[in-house]
Amino acid sequence: MSTSRPSYTAFAQRYAIAIALVLMVIVLSLMSDAFLTWRNITNILNQNTPLAIMAAAMTFVIIGGGFDLSVGAIFGVAGVCCATVALAVSPAVGILIAPLVGLILGIGNGVVVTRLNVHSFLATLATGLVFQGLAILISDGNLIPVRNDTFTWLGRAQYFGVNVAVVVLFGFAAILTIVLTQTGLGRRIHAVGGNQQAAELSGIRVDRVRIATFAISGLAAGLASAITVSRISMGQPSAGAGMELQAIAAVILGGTSIYGGEGAVWRSVAGVMLLALINNGFNILNADPFFKDLATGVVILVAVGLSVAGKRQ
Amino acid sequence: MAAAAMTGREETAPVADRLSLSHVSKSFYGSEVLHDVTVGFRPGEIHALVGENGAGKSTVGKIAGGFYDATKGEILYEGRPVGAWNPVRALEAGVTVMHQELQVVSALTVAQNVFLGIENMRLGLLRNDEADRIAEIQSICGFDLDPNARAGSLSIADQQKIEIMRALARNAQVIVLDEPTSSLTYDEIERLHATMKRLRGDGRTLIYVTHFLDHVLEVSDRVTVLREGSLIRTSDASGETKASLIGAMLGGGEQEIVYPELPPAPAAEVAPLLDVRGLKTATGVVSADLTIRPGEIVGLLGLVGSGRSEIARAIFGADQALSGEVRLNGRDYADRSPEASVRRGIAFVPEDRRGQGLVLSSPTRANITMASLPAFLKGGVIRRRKELENVRSRIAEFSITPSDIDGDIRNYSGGNQQKVLLAKWVTIEPSLVILDEPSRGVDIGARRRIHDFVVEQAARGEGVLLISSELEEVLGLAHRAYLVHEGRTLREVVPAETSMEEVLRTLFQVDAQADGPSAASS
Repeated sequence: MSTSRPSYTAFAQRYAIAIALVLMVIVLSLMSDAFLTWRNITNILNQNTPLAIMAAAMTFVIIGGGFDLSVGAIFGVAGVCCATVALAVSPAVGILIAPLVGLILGIGNGVVVTRLNVHSFLATLATGLVFQGLAILISDGNLIPVRNDTFTWLGRAQYFGVNVAVVVLFGFAAILTIVLTQTGLGRRIHAVGGNQQAAELSGIRVDRVRIATFAISGLAAGLASAITVSRISMGQPSAGAGMELQAIAAVILGGTSIYGGEGAVWRSVAGVMLLALINNGFNILNADPFFKDLATGVVILVAVGLSVAGKRQ
Repeated sequence: MAAAAMTGREETAPVADRLSLSHVSKSFYGSEVLHDVTVGFRPGEIHALVGENGAGKSTVGKIAGGFYDATKGEILYEGRPVGAWNPVRALEAGVTVMHQELQVVSALTVAQNVFLGIENMRLGLLRNDEADRIAEIQSICGFDLDPNARAGSLSIADQQKIEIMRALARNAQVIVLDEPTSSLTYDEIERLHATMKRLRGDGRTLIYVTHFLDHVLEVSDRVTVLREGSLIRTSDASGETKASLIGAMLGGGEQEIVYPELPPAPAAEVAPLLDVRGLKTATGVVSADLTIRPGEIVGLLGLVGSGRSEIARAIFGADQALSGEVRLNGRDYADRSPEASVRRGIAFVPEDRRGQGLVLSSPTRANITMASLPAFLKGGVIRRRKELENVRSRIAEFSITPSDIDGDIRNYSGGNQQKVLLAKWVTIEPSLVILDEPSRGVDIGARRRIHDFVVEQAARGEGVLLISSELEEVLGLAHRAYLVHEGRTLREVVPAETSMEEVLRTLFQVDAQADGPSAASS
């Protein structure tokens, strides 16, 4: 009975990323025999797991009407904590401490954004710098190598040709999707991002909801960091530099509205994969990296254009 | 009055149209909202477009102004097809639209706003001569704004003047006014009408899109009635009455607005549901005292800016109070917040439906259960079936169209959007319902449903606080009403025992005593 009539732009915003991804796979398969192999595909997935986890959570922040520019720095803090604790206590505790650190810093972000009542763009730009300093403080500016086979399980282990990290990504994205679409929190995030005043006047505790989005984003940055540190056996204070922008780009590429209120987790993950395939394609072509950045930029511009299109009727 | 003579009342010598739509149709997302409309707008006339919400009157105005493309048909200016028509081309040709939401840059001065984009330059530098140039335009309109005042500090009525002057600065010959009076006071509307008549006398064409039929009959030369996207008729306003227009809009015979019968007022000794004493806020409430008993409909009568909305917001907890006491069911309710109010069963339908009421990016379903979400959760997860059952029954109860549970409310008419809001608040099973301008900008059918809603709530034993700019509405629906002026509740009236004239006179006399005849302008 529910037959809605979605507009073409709405349809494009929803499925353009899937179509683009399929087209990209077809093009790359035609261009190279080496592309469409199990090994290459799982490799690409595996390599991009940390970014995809961060983008999945960034979706929450953006739907909730914010931006989180500090996730790259949280990635760094969580990473050095992870490595330090793994050495000092045990590898397992090290792995677990990273998402916890991320969660705490994320809650800190949320509190700063809601208490200071400044745009999250500015607030997290500042907290990001603070966190970056924190990461250097903890690590003394050094790389922290962790030579331990148990420690590398999360980042490197494979079962039946599937990486543990990829399973973590799909599990995390599935949980976030359920939270976003089936729970009261998900509903409230949509409401707060769509119209904060209306949400507040409906009795929704707007601040709590916004803090929750930043907490989830921080947690994800910590989890992503644990995977990376485990994979390269190394805690690096500046390892996450630039990841925040890539994550935001992927979310927007996925068609989540930059104005908040609308979006989906799977599309952000697909956005990461599209960026990865563009990258992979240029590697296969052995082209100048300049063209890679240029192409990536153009694709993001098209996505942004689509997300503001359809205003004129 | 020379203006009226100029336009001519006899139809014998037809005046050539300045701007006309010829067999214009318009579709949104494949559904046609305007069917084969042909209408012409003449020089020197005020031409009203009326119809229910969703009838297409705003759409006609926006097509004329180039804001929407016509799907079929032609637009002619001075008899010639205009080709590609957009706001820029329209402006060049002399057609401008004054939107419901004003397009004023609040940080700039009046003069800078008027000449925005058409400043005089010398060697690429601003000449800053706007203040001089504005004098001529002010004299055409009969305005007297300070050219150096910041636009943001002015009232809505004065900001509208900026928009009118902006149109004149671009030598606009056709001005489309889209619902310009919805946030104006009585005096301000009178003055706007005087300006419109002046511009008509000047030979300009004014297209007046409005819900207020009294205004239409007062200033228009011709009226075009639309119904469900079709043109019903274009006729001389002098030959129409309010009843004949309503009849044409609804498609039946002549109809009057009839208010539903009120349930009996609760006895005076019934303990109050809400008791407010000496409420004061930073938003302009100086001292408000009022009581509402269970089953009672209480109105606030006041002009825009009198503080009536602010009283409602402070009771609900949307604004903080500086002092005063609010008791709910006999208990002190000091720690007010929207969240606490919703939990205690207070519903609040705000004045600004799209800005504060609805989340337009969320579907109908999410909007309807937004305030009562905890009731639909189990372990944090939404109980889908329970939610769907509730949403379906609410959609049926309020006959919301489209009836799609996941409908995109951005495309709903004002009336249906308002019904979604009412459905949202019914779902919390409130004991007190606060309605601020519940029927502003909605069609007659939805208005009736809203009036029935008010009476239904009272009959169920809930208290209702009703605020409306339309005095008739408050008088027709309230058991008691308070006169509100400059942030104070002055005195109580019982509408059933008070004539409309008496209340009106009291209300405007209050105004005159307080600060002279120009109380309405800021």
